[in-house]
Amino acid sequence: ILTPVCLTHLLCRIKEFSEWAQCLVLDLVSKYVPSDSNEIFDVMNLLEDRLQHANGAVVLATTKVFLHMTLSMNDVHQQVYERIKAPLLTLVSSGSPEQSYAVLSHLHLLVVRAPYLFSSDYKHFYCQYNEPSYVKKLKLDMLTAVANESNTYEIVTELCEYVANVDVPIARESVRAVGKIALQQYDVNAIVDRLLQFLEMEKDYVTAETLVLVKDLLRKYPQWSQDCIAVVGNISSKNVQELKAKAALIWMLGEYSQDMLDAPYILESLIDNWDDEHSAEVRLHLLTAVVKCFFRRPPETQKALGAALAAGLADSHQDVHDRALFYYRLLQYDVSAAERVVNPPKQAVSVFADYQSSEIKDRIFDEFNSLSVVYQKPSYMFTDKEHRGAFELSEEIGSLSVGTESMDIAIPAQRVEANDNDLLLSTSEKEESRVPSNNGSAYNAPSVSLATLDTQSELISPLSSLPSYAPNPTLVIDDLLGLDLPSSSAPAPARSPSPPPLKLNAKATMDPSTFQRKWGQLPLSLSKECSINPQGVAALTTPQVLLRHMQSHSIHCIASGGKSPHYKFFFFAQDTEEPVSYYLMECIINTSSAKAQLKIKADDKNTSAAFSTLFQSALSKFGMS
Amino acid sequence: MIVVRSLNLDGVNYFHVKVAGLLFVATTRINLSPSLVLELLQRIARVIKDYLGVLNEDSLRKNFVLVYELLDEVIDFGYAQTTSTEVLKSYIFNEPIMVDAARLPPLGPASMFMQGTKRMPGTAVTKSVVANEPGGRKREEIFVDIIEKISVTFSSSGYILTSEIDGTIQMKSYLTGNPEIRLALNEDLAIGRGGRSVYDYCSSAGAGAVMLDDCNFHESVHLDSFDVDRTLSLVPPDGEFPVMNYRITQEFKPPFRVNALIEEAGAFKAEVILKVRAEFSSNITANTVVVQMPLPKYTTRLDDTHKKKVDELSRVIVGGSEHTLRAKLTFSQESHANIMKEAGPVTMNFTIPMYNASRLQVRYLQIAKRSKTYNPYRWVRYVTQANSYVARL
Repeated sequence: ILTPVCLTHLLCRIKEFSEWAQCLVLDLVSKYVPSDSNEIFDVMNLLEDRLQHANGAVVLATTKVFLHMTLSMNDVHQQVYERIKAPLLTLVSSGSPEQSYAVLSHLHLLVVRAPYLFSSDYKHFYCQYNEPSYVKKLKLDMLTAVANESNTYEIVTELCEYVANVDVPIARESVRAVGKIALQQYDVNAIVDRLLQFLEMEKDYVTAETLVLVKDLLRKYPQWSQDCIAVVGNISSKNVQELKAKAALIWMLGEYSQDMLDAPYILESLIDNWDDEHSAEVRLHLLTAVVKCFFRRPPETQKALGAALAAGLADSHQDVHDRALFYYRLLQYDVSAAERVVNPPKQAVSVFADYQSSEIKDRIFDEFNSLSVVYQKPSYMFTDKEHRGAFELSEEIGSLSVGTESMDIAIPAQRVEANDNDLLLSTSEKEESRVPSNNGSAYNAPSVSLATLDTQSELISPLSSLPSYAPNPTLVIDDLLGLDLPSSSAPAPARSPSPPPLKLNAKATMDPSTFQRKWGQLPLSLSKECSINPQGVAALTTPQVLLRHMQSHSIHCIASGGKSPHYKFFFFAQDTEEPVSYYLMECIINTSSAKAQLKIKADDKNTSAAFSTLFQSALSKFGMS
Repeated sequence: MIVVRSLNLDGVNYFHVKVAGLLFVATTRINLSPSLVLELLQRIARVIKDYLGVLNEDSLRKNFVLVYELLDEVIDFGYAQTTSTEVLKSYIFNEPIMVDAARLPPLGPASMFMQGTKRMPGTAVTKSVVANEPGGRKREEIFVDIIEKISVTFSSSGYILTSEIDGTIQMKSYLTGNPEIRLALNEDLAIGRGGRSVYDYCSSAGAGAVMLDDCNFHESVHLDSFDVDRTLSLVPPDGEFPVMNYRITQEFKPPFRVNALIEEAGAFKAEVILKVRAEFSSNITANTVVVQMPLPKYTTRLDDTHKKKVDELSRVIVGGSEHTLRAKLTFSQESHANIMKEAGPVTMNFTIPMYNASRLQVRYLQIAKRSKTYNPYRWVRYVTQANSYVARL
């Protein structure tokens, strides 16, 4: 959209625009792709003084331009970071609290992306006493990100002061921040001392958080067990009421039962209070801990073990019951095998899983200077379909599980998981990444099946059945789909001299970005509306049903979603003949009106007609088998 | 994650700012820059204030039609057109209805500048920029306010952990005809520390040099001569606007030194001693000083033997003086560990007129002369306010 001439014209006169117009111009400039590095430098020189503007929006928009243009040039990119540090920090302190928070969110994003560049500025991220808690939380995140060898000591000292803060959530976050730093660094000596000091503070929420962190610390650095256990052992379990903390304490009791003299007795008293213990998580931990303790100190723990297993077997919660049963049978079968299962020698955990996949983080970075940074979610997760600007197709894909009704953030679980899935289709990070929303649930079965459909899938239907579709489709389509073909006789002769029937690759794969690119580039070959037979409509209770059906015809789905009665699918297929060409299609199905709209785009136009009949025949078969 | 200041509900994003007890809200469906919207809201609040003279519920209610017209002109189809009071003047046809400024609550904008018994003209800054003064003749004035907010954290051993000044130079011009103005700052003003961490001790700066870490300027300011002799030349638009925002992390003398001590006197008792010393010269007085110190949760009684001193402490502190507060605490349970850790840090809030902690000064303020008798009033005022002034125990 933006030509170089237009660009120079706008940029040379940028001062003449009002500040709001400048923001719009800068937005346009950030979408422009410069042709070579000279052009990049020219643009940057012209915009250099915008960084001195008093309006935060202008500065942020300029920052976005600089960052995006220099992504390919590493050292200039770093210089950009250096240059924008000062203006952004000034903005943080000069505006109203709301503006300051918006700028701080962006700074947070940059700090997390390039922590080593900000490591000397950690003092700017100290929390001030009168700041609102959401600002403090952001700053804590930034402090943990920039911690490195040289400044860890001071940062941790500062964080310890915050732990004494009156505000409970901030105190908790501070303890967690100290723990995070400890997990990142090698030199944890001082940190362990501090954590143990927290335990002495005798504030219950501090103790709770610290216990959880000590547990994680021990998983990574088992060599510190002696010091930690000495202090933890002094904590009376009655003081610890919070679930996670209790679970952590019990884990430690089980794991280090030979070092903690009172372990069996503490466990025993906890088991006696089994009925008071309402949380399934704590009960599960209790079961495992008592079994581990039994292996180390059998005579003392035997009675407790018996009581625990009895209580567990009688428990109403399914997981607890199953685990108790499992332990019971395992112990009956062979005690040493049980020991190997429950208590193997453990390796120290080296890395804990990250909370947000890096793809999402990159997406958010692309949308710098927008709400995505403040919400920490890419834009497709919170905008309506019609109002989206830049990423058209990707957002289409991303929104599929939204359906055409308006967004309701109250049901994020299923929707956001499906969105996340789309990004993950071509990566193998599935197991690490978690959904960055307020539900921490892991992926459940339906979403995973979507992913597996797309990757190298072992495919059922044989390729040989495909050629038989080619001659048949006309009759089938006419009868069952009631398609509006131009003339019913014409296709028949048209089909017979047609090129050899299409063979589709059953193991075709395509990653989402390629799909997006092709969809944008290819012209529309075919657009049709057809109706679905009633059986098909009845069968289409969830999108997955159609997907599997199409899969059996070697037409793969790259994204799907929707709720009854609207469904939307994006399919692709690959021709096995040389040259390899792809077919892409979008299919919108409305089950209430029993209609489907198809849009087909193909690399090779000649074969697109053949492909469309294939697709339609496949569609017609849906609901039949 | 639901953020307090911008909210997403049903696909609509809500932003708001709170100015003078009023909420200004904006909504959008698209993904746009939060800074843009928040700045816009602040500007709109300021434009309304420029037109009405004073922004509160009363004035807004009386001038609803005018405000509606303003909003109509400022935003068109969702795009901000202009928020400059001056440009808008030619498009707005309603006249503002003045609200009686004398009925303002005592802590209105003008009282910030009260200096003992010397009062600034209280209504000067609450005039509307566009309204005509009754009597026809307008008083030509220009106000330049240098407002600095300081944040200092003292560690428990008394040395300064972090110190920062966030300053802004605000200008409000009631000059007709928009003459050009030259504003000169300290000659030895230095900007930027050249990439080093700003907390490194820097001995190369001259003894009196003021060093700004960073600054940003309003768009109407011409910076051509700034590098040469540190002057800013600008044609001030009507209304109130920040000429320059700056940030200083160079060390400065903190205006107050606070010492706090809690001594245990038995199992359930302790004594608190709080000393505040004003380090600035005696001809300057700080007003609205409030010193707060959170005590452990289990404190049941607080006896202060010097009740009168408490009142004194909370109002006015004259420079160079020192105030001490002693109080006895009684606890409901035995204190363990370090009681100093249980009590929170001491925070102070204050306003000190005619004092600025950085030594930034306006050397002169020149207004382009139009005629020999043209001599507008110039007011240059300095104020230092506490942002986060904390002394840890």
